[in-house]
Amino acid sequence: MLAGTNLTLWRETTRLFEGLSFILPPGSALLIEGPNGAGKTTLLRVIAGLTMPESGSVTWNGTDLRSQLQSGVLQLAFFGHATALKPEISARANLQFFAQLAGQPARVDELLQVTGLAACADLDVRLLSAGQKRRAALARVLLSGAGLWLLDEPQTNLDKAGRQLLQRAVQTHLGGGGTVVVAAHQALDLGSAPVCRLMLGMD
Amino acid sequence: MSVTPSSPAQQAPAATLGLMTLFAAVLKRDLHVGMRRWTDASNSALFFILVLALFPLALSPKAEVLRMIAPGVIWIAALLATLLSLHLLFRADLEDGTLEQLLMLPYPLGWILLAKTLAHWIITGIPVVVMAPILAVTYHLPASALTVLTFSLLLGTPTLSLLGSIGAALTAGLRSASVLLAFIVGPLMLPVLMLGARATDLALAGEDPTGPLYLLGALLMLAVSVVPFMAAAAIRVSAD
Repeated sequence: MLAGTNLTLWRETTRLFEGLSFILPPGSALLIEGPNGAGKTTLLRVIAGLTMPESGSVTWNGTDLRSQLQSGVLQLAFFGHATALKPEISARANLQFFAQLAGQPARVDELLQVTGLAACADLDVRLLSAGQKRRAALARVLLSGAGLWLLDEPQTNLDKAGRQLLQRAVQTHLGGGGTVVVAAHQALDLGSAPVCRLMLGMD
Repeated sequence: MSVTPSSPAQQAPAATLGLMTLFAAVLKRDLHVGMRRWTDASNSALFFILVLALFPLALSPKAEVLRMIAPGVIWIAALLATLLSLHLLFRADLEDGTLEQLLMLPYPLGWILLAKTLAHWIITGIPVVVMAPILAVTYHLPASALTVLTFSLLLGTPTLSLLGSIGAALTAGLRSASVLLAFIVGPLMLPVLMLGARATDLALAGEDPTGPLYLLGALLMLAVSVVPFMAAAAIRVSAD
């Protein structure tokens, strides 16, 4: 169970959120909405433990999320604007590295197939299109084996088939008891999973 | 096509890699990427050659003058060549999001950064160590001093890279990092410079250079054991 308690963060003189709390049971999704600059990405980074909130805490099953990450009890997959791909090496080599770290070295070929990258898997990533890079980053999320997915504008640059692939992946993850936090402008069909909505930037 | 998450979602697998496997994986990937980005790698080596080629032209071609300045000049060139490439050490990882992915993994961050620094030294430092004795011949250094010079660089340049990794971690998110980095880590590098040049000087004078070499070795051990923790703390700040 993912919970945020009393989260507050200011950037310079702008209040992004104050006293923000949420509880997310397994198998459910948190949908973060709001206009540009409302702090959606920042909230995702706070949940991921990358940015420290000024007050409040993020917990996983009652324990501080960051310590759970460090001890390996919880693994999370962060699908942000940065793809974490090295342009100088192939998509396959990029994924093999993360697959090895996630303890899933055998699944790279399968996920390249699933994400439709099998034909260009051995090209340097700098030669891939923006959408193909996003697909490769999505493959990294799929092979992470993480219980908690944090998706920042996941549909960006994806074509129709790519968005459907993403949708199916998220639905399967939720169906298996996983937890998803999405910051999105476009509608994402989450199937029958329970969804909490969080609107940022509205006073 | 079916999409299956790799394991039951609630049961996240614990970190499966041993420390040595993790170290090897990071090292291998960084070497792979670094070799492809060879222009970055060759900058330090070209700078080193350039500086060492200029001194005899500007000062004097006399053998005794060159022999006298050689230890200091070669060591200063090695230090500046190291500084030149250091600001790129974590820059790409921060910009392309690799760093934030690594931060969220259940592995010790200092260990990962140590592997990255070693990869950086292999790509930028080893060419300097290999070229130093070749270029030093033009400074009329005797063979005994060449051996000590190479050995002192082999012990000293990894220490320089390690010290630099603290500054690189602190400044990874800044636009004009290279000058700031030089001011932050430059003073820390001075003992390495002085000991390295001193060892070569002693060998040149026919004396025993083991004292400064032992100290260089001790500094390297100290840097390996302490620096990764400091760099890890600094990189968390940069990634915020």
